[in-house]
Amino acid sequence: MLTKRIIACLDVHAGRVVKGVQFVDLIDAGDPATQAARHAREGADEIVLLDITATHERRQTLLETVRRTARELFVPFAVGGGIRSAQDAGQVFDAGADKVSINSAALADPGLIDAIGRSFGAQAVVVAIDARRDPQAADPVRDAQVFVQGGRKPAGRRVVEWAREAEDRGAGEILLTSMDSDGTRAGFDCELTAAVSEAVGIPVIASGGAGTVAHFTDVFARGKADAALAASIFHFGVSSARALKQELARAGVPVRLPC
Amino acid sequence: MRVTVIDYKAGNLTSVLKALRHLGAEVEVTDSDLALVESAERLVLPGVGHFQATERLDASGITPAIRAAIGRGVPFLGICVGMQWLYAGSSEAPAQPGLAHFPEPCTRFPDHSEKVPHVGWNSLEVRPGSRLLAGVEPGEYVYFTHSYKAPVTDSTAAVAHYIGPFAAAVEQGNVMGVQFHPEKSGATGLKILRNFLACEGN
Repeated sequence: MLTKRIIACLDVHAGRVVKGVQFVDLIDAGDPATQAARHAREGADEIVLLDITATHERRQTLLETVRRTARELFVPFAVGGGIRSAQDAGQVFDAGADKVSINSAALADPGLIDAIGRSFGAQAVVVAIDARRDPQAADPVRDAQVFVQGGRKPAGRRVVEWAREAEDRGAGEILLTSMDSDGTRAGFDCELTAAVSEAVGIPVIASGGAGTVAHFTDVFARGKADAALAASIFHFGVSSARALKQELARAGVPVRLPC
Repeated sequence: MRVTVIDYKAGNLTSVLKALRHLGAEVEVTDSDLALVESAERLVLPGVGHFQATERLDASGITPAIRAAIGRGVPFLGICVGMQWLYAGSSEAPAQPGLAHFPEPCTRFPDHSEKVPHVGWNSLEVRPGSRLLAGVEPGEYVYFTHSYKAPVTDSTAAVAHYIGPFAAAVEQGNVMGVQFHPEKSGATGLKILRNFLACEGN
């Protein structure tokens, strides 16, 4: 039976894992390679590394971080941040990533999805979407606004139509972050996640708002998510992916255990 | 343990090479060196992405060399698209033939009932007698990411279920293939690769 994935996310800045709320008050949370290995050992089904302040100058730092992190990691490994061309993606794959996550660059040039998919396969392309409900829209959820640049600027796109375009262009998965929920620890936006998951035929990873085990059960059931991203929950009460998955199994969610 | 990995530019090889080296294998990579294939102790054909990429194997002249190596009993492991290539072909690229070591074609998961591609960790039903999957216990999980699949036949070494049953692994003598990614399947995957590296030629 196919299980629901729990994905550990590492936000990286200048080669270090950082914690913070909406990119401010960053606290050093360790070495990416050490943290990724720990999450994999503790039962994470997949690791995502997001370079949250990727700039052109820092590309070599990112590649070196990816290389070091991938070295002893034998679970799927996705990398996002600063990937603007198929060539950038190629370097990240050569460094040991299995998937790339693209966001602003895909909105600026949707053809990038096709280009990376053609060269490396659809399974290697995750399109990350940051969306906020739009109370003014006829359907505030399906027509949630898509944002770029770490949520600072509206992209002029609506979440469901953009997710569908990403799928048509060859994305293998959607990583959907609810900006309304992100950082609140009050639960995932299940309505938003379900709207996107039902609109596309590819897997959807839910992100933003995880605070308790029940939030995960909820996003898999009501939100119809195929996977969920856990970041800060491991710092607040739930000790590990394994502990989370044991709770989920008790609640009847199919998860990979033992792990 | 020497192993020759065939590169035909289908996605990236880094993860497969890394896992084999982690297990202590001496790994060489070739995209067209027939002499390396002819002297190989073991062959691995990885591959993610599109079945069409296997046309490079024909273009580089490496297909007959692989066929001959398989004929000599050299242990062969195809991963993902590399496993599908062992079959007659795939509806993903109908004009591109596979090796046809197994006569069936690979086909796409039907749309509209579940998400396609099939992405994530799924469990294996291992059939008795598999050397490749020796020691894999019921309920162990491996990582899949694919839209096309091989049918369950007598050669199937393990069955997985998604929409319906399909061949998660195939094995006939020293010819082996896995639809999942052992290099991304944690301790279970490494155990499977270790089993392959322990296989000797006839």
